This record gives sequence, C-alpha cells and structure tokens, in this order.
Amino acid sequence: MREITLSQAVNEALAEEMRRDETVFILGEDVAEAGTPFKVLSGLVEEFGTDRVLDTPISEPGFVGIAVGAAMTGARPVVDLMFGDFIYLVMDQLCNQAAKQHYMSGGKLTVPLVLRTNLGATRRSAAQHSQSLQALVAHIPGLKVALPSSAYEAKGLMKTAIRDNNPVVIFEDKLMYQDKAPVPEEEYLIPFGVANVKREGRDITLIATSSMVQVAEKAAAMLEKEGIDAEVIDPRTIVPLDEATLLDSVKKTSRAIVIDEGHQSYGVTAEIASRLNEKAFYHLDAPVLRMGAMDVPVPFSPALEDLTVPTPEAVVENARKLCAGELIHAA
Amino acid sequence: MAKAKTNTEDYLRMYRQMVRIRTFEDNANQLYLSAKMPGLTHMYSGEEAVAVGICEALTDDDRITSTHRGHGHCVAKGAEFREMFCELLGKEEGYCRGKGGSMHIADQSHGNLGANAIVGGSMGIATGSALRAKLQGKDDVTVCFFGDGATAQGLWYEVMNMAALWNLPVIYACENNGYSEYTRTEEIAAGSIMARAEAFGIESHQVDGQDVMAVNDLTRKLVDRARKGEGPFFMELMTYRYHGHHVGDINREYYRSKDEEKDWKENKDPIIRFRAWLVSEGIATEEEIEAMNAEIEKDATEAVAYAEKAPYPPANEVDMHVYAD
Repeated sequence: MREITLSQAVNEALAEEMRRDETVFILGEDVAEAGTPFKVLSGLVEEFGTDRVLDTPISEPGFVGIAVGAAMTGARPVVDLMFGDFIYLVMDQLCNQAAKQHYMSGGKLTVPLVLRTNLGATRRSAAQHSQSLQALVAHIPGLKVALPSSAYEAKGLMKTAIRDNNPVVIFEDKLMYQDKAPVPEEEYLIPFGVANVKREGRDITLIATSSMVQVAEKAAAMLEKEGIDAEVIDPRTIVPLDEATLLDSVKKTSRAIVIDEGHQSYGVTAEIASRLNEKAFYHLDAPVLRMGAMDVPVPFSPALEDLTVPTPEAVVENARKLCAGELIHAA
Repeated sequence: MAKAKTNTEDYLRMYRQMVRIRTFEDNANQLYLSAKMPGLTHMYSGEEAVAVGICEALTDDDRITSTHRGHGHCVAKGAEFREMFCELLGKEEGYCRGKGGSMHIADQSHGNLGANAIVGGSMGIATGSALRAKLQGKDDVTVCFFGDGATAQGLWYEVMNMAALWNLPVIYACENNGYSEYTRTEEIAAGSIMARAEAFGIESHQVDGQDVMAVNDLTRKLVDRARKGEGPFFMELMTYRYHGHHVGDINREYYRSKDEEKDWKENKDPIIRFRAWLVSEGIATEEEIEAMNAEIEKDATEAVAYAEKAPYPPANEVDMHVYAD
C-alpha cells in the first residue's frame, strides 16, 4: 500500500469531502494561499476557490461563531484553529453555543461543524503553542473529540467528522504532520467510538491516544525483550469512547497504563483510569496508572520540555513495576 | 409617523403583533409573580415596535438571532402562544420540549435561530447564517438582535469586520433601551455606538424604536438592499424596557427613576401611538381595536391554562438530544 504523510492524509480527506458535498467549506487564519503554517491545506484553494477555503482575520471567537451559525443553517464548515492553545479563545462559541444548540432546542437545531486543531509538546514552542487540551472539550456534553494517531486515522476520522451532525473537535499532533503511514487509495471512513487494538498482548494494556500511541508501541517493543507482553490500544475518539474494547482488554491483562499528552491532573488519563477501576476492579491485579504531561506550563528550554511528556522509557519502567507487583508512587 | 407597509391588513397585523407581545409578557410576568414559572425571565414590554417593525419586513426564510430578552422577537417572527408558554413552564410541548426555557426558545420553522443567554453570544451565529446564504447563493437575510449592553462584547467587532469584508446579508439591530442590566448605558459605552459600526464601513442608521412604521420602513429598505449584496447594515433602535432587567428586578430606583419610566409609558408607548394613528387614519375603529385586544387576551389566557395543565417531559428525555443522529 502507498504511504502518505499525516498532512497529506488530512488534505485528501478534506478534498474528497469537499468534492462530495458542496456545503463543506474551510475557514480560518491563513488557510487559503498559505495553506496554514503547517502547509496541511496546500492546494485546496486552487481546486475549490476562496469561497470554500476562506481566509479570516485573526479573530478566533468571531470565525468559530460564524462557523456555528453557518452549520446551524445548512453548511458544513471545517474550522481551522491554528494552534490547540487558542481553544481558550473560542470556549464560549464552542462550549456554550455549538455544544448546546441541539439540546437546548429540544433536538431541532444541529451544528455539523468540525474544529481542526492540534496538540503536542517538544516542538520548542513554549507554553502557549504546545498544549494538549483535549480534556477541556471532552468534558463538555454535546462535543465529540477525535485524536488521530497516524495518517490512516487522520484521514478516516476527518471524513467521518465532516459527515457527523454534531460539533467535532479533531486534534492532530503537530509533530506528526510529516510522519508517513500506509493509507489506501480507495475511500474509507473510520467510525467514531471504535478503538483500534494496535498490538495484542497478555500481560498489560497500554491505552494511548494520538502522539502517545507511538510512545506506547515503542514501549511495547522494549517490554517484549524483557518478556512482558503488552497490548496497545488506541481509542481513536475519546468522545464517544469505546469502553467495551478497553474493558475487555483489561479484564484479559489485569493491568493497565493510560497515556495521553494532556496534563495528568483531571485529564483524559484520569477519566479512562476511573472507568476501568469502576467497571473492571475485580479483574485488576494492580492500580490503573495515569501517564499524562506534567502539571506545569510547557517550558521552552529543551532540557526542561523533554521532561514534561511521557516517554517510552518511562512507560517501560512503570509497566515493569506494575507487572512485578510493585506499587508505583506508594506512600 | 413614518410610512411603511401600505395596506390595511399589514397595519393591523403590525398592531396585532405588538399587542400579542405585550399580552404575552403580561401573562408571563403573572406566572412569575404567582410562582408558577420556574426561574426568571426578561420582559420585552415597551420594545414591541422594534421586534414587530423588523420582523414584519422579513419572510420565514429570513433568519433572526435573539437574546435573553427574546419573547418579543419570537412572537414577532411568528411563534404561537401555546408552545411558548409551554416552554416557559418547562413542558414537553414547548418549542424546545422544555429543555431551553425562556432564554433559549428557538422556532426554526419561522427562521428564529434561537434566543441566547450569553450577552452578545449570537452575533457569530447570525453572521455565520449570512455567510451561509452568500456561499450558497440564497437571498435570505439574517437580523441579529442584541442590546446596548452587548456592544461591550468583543465578538461583535470581530464579526462586523468579517461581515463588512465579505459583504454579508446581515443586519445588526441594536435595541438601545438605555440600560445594560442594572447600569445606565452612558456608564458602559464610550463615544458613539453608531460610530463603532461606521468604523468598519458599515452603513448605520439610528431610528425611533417606539415608532413601528419608522422601524418597518427602514428595515424593508435595508433588507431589500441586503438581498442584493449591499449588506451588512447597522441599526440603532432607541427604545425602553418597562420592567427591570428581569422580572425579579422590582426595586430599581437606585438606577432609574419612576418618573422616567412613567414618561416613557405615558408619552412614548409604541402601542398607544400606533393605535391612535390607526384610528385617526380611519384604518380601524376603537371598537375594532378593543375587539382585537380582547381576542388576543383570550388567546393568551387559554394558552396559559393549556400550558399549566400540559405534561412535563418524561424522565427518559433528560439525556436525549445531547447528540444528533
């Protein structure tokens, strides 16, 4: 199968959906001729014109609000939010407006909107361009949240998001835009709420999202050499969450580590760990561990920044201790 | 009074719609005072000529976005008393199945995209509706209602900029009732509100919001031009709210005097003014007007009685409509 980059995969998904459905359009900062700072959208304006690839002023609440209104009246906007960190700027439009219209109207209004943005540290971009804020939006009923972990997922989830009748936030890992993966030439969609078992194993389950799937897979390969057989699962969407696949795995392995690049406290890892504890407690041989980003603003200095995110080595160390029956962080 | 719609039927409908709003609000206030309505609500009484003058210039395909003080917009855009009172009381037959309440009534069948409880929160939605019309080659126009208080929200300046850059068919209608919640507008607004829209190159008009014909006349002209791609426009409608910020805001002399309220009610009331004009022009007799008022009062009484007896939504609705299929 051919291999393309995550960036190309997103571009293809958008182009295919824009060809299929003329109500789909893109808006955001520097999306047209510039094709975004990451060049993900390059070439789309040439095919679809500036009406459907619409450059906006640097007015995040304004253009997200405009996208909400367009979505409520029969369009399918894909909003490009240049950095995930800017999500704080659009919280009212996303969480008070987009997320609640369907419910508040008793099911009459719908908001088929996609908010494309990114996550991920270690790009030396400091505290306001490096955050992974998926937990913030996953907390809000009415929003769906997708976290693609490769070019294959990025394309299939994007196409599903565009066809979904709800507001969907997709976080792409900005460090993975140039990563290649096999992506079929023929059309495919990846349904929401269906986790992907990336690697089967018997001893411990590593549940990892987005960029952390690579970390978990590297850790699993290292653990294999130590005789520990790790299962790696990518939930792909955290809202909706494929709880059944996660529970089945943990009931089999009896141990789990949940890895996500958002801050650890009150985060995605906490939510998933809590569900496993509530629903698989009697199958567990060890506490479910959370591994998120450190609870610090992301520092600029590479010497410091690299300390803040989970690494394969740290996952291996924790997995080893769990499998050996050693409680981690025991008081 | 200014010239507007020109046939008798149109004049009478405008009068009727204004009285329907006033009557709806009087009944809603009674529901609050008699503790039959959950929560609070914000009365539109006094501002009727704004909603009616504007909405009578629109079709069902034209959209509006409304505010926390939104019952007037909702009635003026064609909503029914029964579904509105049911919504105010949290009943299943309400416009939003009881899930929205007073501050979130949406009536899509008449183009009402909904009231919004975030001050200024719908400015993006209205502008987005207009962008959709332009992108899809439709000629509908969207009117964004908001109060003077909402002009302090940054969102307005962001979306006005884009609406002006892209010539969107949207009309920003600022209902300036002189008060930003419990604070006089002059204490929260520097300079001129009109000049803010003009700074974006948006054609702006100030109009007497107590004169339904003046409002209707101006709106019809602007709507026609917006349909032809000459938008956006801004209207500042000078008006007054008879009640407090909400129904519970009773003792309000610390921010405005009873004399001021009395002056507006006795000398500038939009319904009294229009009624006098209808009679003096021979469009309706006092008897015909009284009969119309009585019929509207009866409709409201019946709708309230219906809503009071109507069932609440069943418990299984609580997690329904979080996500669309």
